[in-house]
Amino acid sequence: MELLSGADMIARFLKDEGVEYIYGYPGGAALHIYDALFRQEAVKHILVRHEQAATHMADGYARATGKPGVVLVTSGPGATNAVTGIATAYMDSIPMVVLCGQVASHLIGEDAFQETDIIGVTRPIVKHSFSIRHPSDIPTVLKKAFYIAASGRPGPVVVDIPKDMTAPTERYEYVYPKKVKIRSYNPAFRGHGGQIKKAIELILEARRPVVFAGGGVITGEASDALTDLAKRLGLPVITSLMGIGAYPQNDRQCLGWPGMHGSFEANQAMHHADLIFCVGARFDDRVTNNVAKFCPTAKIIHIDIDPSSISKTVPTDVPIVGAAASVLNEMLGLLGDREKDVTTREQQLAPWWERIDAWRASRAGRLYEPAAQGELLKPQQVVEAVHRATQGDAFVATDVGQHQMFAAQYYKFNKPHRFITSGGLGTMGFGLPAAMGVKLNFPEEQVVLFTGESSFQMMMQELSTCRQFGIAVKIVNLNNQSLGMVRQWQDLNYKARHAQSYMESLPDFHKLFEAYGFKAITVTRAEELEGALDEAFRDTNEMVFLDIHVDPREHVYPMQVPLGAMNDMLLSKTERT
Amino acid sequence: MRHIISILLENEPGALSRVVGLFSQRNFNIETLNVAPTEDASLSRLTVTTNGDERIIEQITKHLNKLIDVVKLVDLTEGAHIERELMLVKLKAVAGAREEIKRTVDIFRAQIVDVTPSAYTVQITGDASKLDGFLQAIGPASVLEVVRSGVSGISRGEKTLSL
Ligand SMILES: Cc1ncc(C[n+]2csc(CCOP(=O)(O)OP(=O)(O)O)c2C)c(N)n1
Ligand SMILES: [Mg+2]
Repeated sequence: MELLSGADMIARFLKDEGVEYIYGYPGGAALHIYDALFRQEAVKHILVRHEQAATHMADGYARATGKPGVVLVTSGPGATNAVTGIATAYMDSIPMVVLCGQVASHLIGEDAFQETDIIGVTRPIVKHSFSIRHPSDIPTVLKKAFYIAASGRPGPVVVDIPKDMTAPTERYEYVYPKKVKIRSYNPAFRGHGGQIKKAIELILEARRPVVFAGGGVITGEASDALTDLAKRLGLPVITSLMGIGAYPQNDRQCLGWPGMHGSFEANQAMHHADLIFCVGARFDDRVTNNVAKFCPTAKIIHIDIDPSSISKTVPTDVPIVGAAASVLNEMLGLLGDREKDVTTREQQLAPWWERIDAWRASRAGRLYEPAAQGELLKPQQVVEAVHRATQGDAFVATDVGQHQMFAAQYYKFNKPHRFITSGGLGTMGFGLPAAMGVKLNFPEEQVVLFTGESSFQMMMQELSTCRQFGIAVKIVNLNNQSLGMVRQWQDLNYKARHAQSYMESLPDFHKLFEAYGFKAITVTRAEELEGALDEAFRDTNEMVFLDIHVDPREHVYPMQVPLGAMNDMLLSKTERT
Repeated sequence: MRHIISILLENEPGALSRVVGLFSQRNFNIETLNVAPTEDASLSRLTVTTNGDERIIEQITKHLNKLIDVVKLVDLTEGAHIERELMLVKLKAVAGAREEIKRTVDIFRAQIVDVTPSAYTVQITGDASKLDGFLQAIGPASVLEVVRSGVSGISRGEKTLSL
């Protein structure tokens, strides 16, 4: 039997749980825990420069690996600084465990120094939260936290730890709990057999089907099953923004992503479909546009591990509650007996594919006008060039704005877990720390951050963390000297009155990066781009900031027309569907 | 439509605030709410009455079920059920009104549980519409104070909501 203090139990539990890195920032209420971390080597702590960055780093790691990211912060301001990152993870169903120091139990409720009711503050943005009430509860509570964060529909879990729970003088028996059971929590796994059969019949009958794959396919490790199924049946595949990479984008059957800035062909195909076969997506407002006009002829099959996602915004015809991989594999098994139906599919779907190919062809090559020599680059062409320079195989993180949409449109992903973006909350500042979380855990891989000069400034203090821990990210700053996405909306809806969307007084990025000991390369004209990229991507382990001046007048298109159907789109500043 | 949702909830600190928070966070409406311990010390029983169309009620029950602290729930209005609410009412009772109130109390099978020279306190149980009916019969002029427990409910027959 081993006696450990609460603080030592935390360090030991993390080791036993297989956690290699935690991201955090110390303070009074967490100091016992920090001391315990100091006295061991298995768990490495990454000291960020702002707690929000700790949550985004953990989040980036979680998106890239599927495993929960772990954060440690102190009470009060430490915990409240983490809130944006917790909300970001919650909206995108990212597994995360956030350990928060808290004032000692006897002080709770007395407005003690650095006391915040963080359980209360985070209640609407966590999957669950715990308060430690006795040190001996620590191993079980932490196990529950990890289990809840990573299973079912994943999400962030907050554990509030009053300082007296980690006191070094009080020791209790420690046993690593290999498993926990929670009587009120049994995430669905296998889908309903009858519903699955019904779904197969619908898929085999449909004449204009599309697959709509969301982030759930990636989290549920169901990309292979989905790809197999779509290939066997020759189905067009649309992935949501969060589902990018769930199906290879270089495959002819992939139509890209739908919604507000989705591809022309994805929005057209979804709108005209007679069947939407949705796996792990949630039909949010950025996808559906006006729900009253949403896909008028489509039946919907919806596989989701979270029953509350089904029929939330649009009614579903065949709901299937279950884990994506399990349900898809079961479908593949059932298709084994339907060889004849499967082989006639190609012919049946030929007219549908003809329409899709026509949509595709009508837009090809007309999406933007690349810059000529001597001109300012177009952001889209920068993304395409980075795609080439990284053989389309980098981990790509983004911030939020036009550059995010361009990155999603023009970088083509063939693997899941590679596109790291804040889709649900749209958190500016997410990109740099998220990219850092990925790079730290995949040191051999190329990690690219597409950012904007405004988003970047929200978390640029983390350059110091990069320096301390030798984290090398390739930062591509699509510098349009404005809050581009805000400016675009102002152009469209406010007669180009650019209220507060211009970033004056940008820092000299060269000097800034030099101050941290990093390299910066500035590109102001189209012909400088290729050379700059060659230089930037030469060494995977060199931090480089590419400050690429791009045309600030550029808009993101397509753009769905507000209150319209999915296929009501602006296609450029002058064209509309 | 009005629904009565009955919930078995882990008797944990903060569990109730998660339920209540869910309603305000998602813009669902709570008409009455009633919570108390059960025979099993680890569980509380919570009854919510709410309003909404089928889609909303489905969302409410799904989101409630998603809360880790919710062990089980049933929408009592989906089947035969018994609904009860307790109301305590303080009434102005002077002169001729005293007799009149007593008659109404008898008709509604209510009880006078406290008396002063100028006031009665009445206890009445029943479904919500009976309680509304009593107040209407008494008339607003006499009502000094109303305390309602919120609805409790249980299904008829052998069906139970238990572990
Ligand atoms: C924290 C936060 N604040 C505000 C916004 C609203 N917003 C969305 S995009 C955007 C502009 C982003 O500018 P930049 O990072 O330069 O990207 P660009 O659109 O210019 O490519 C703003 C302010 C947000 N998404 N997140
Ligand atoms: Mg910008």
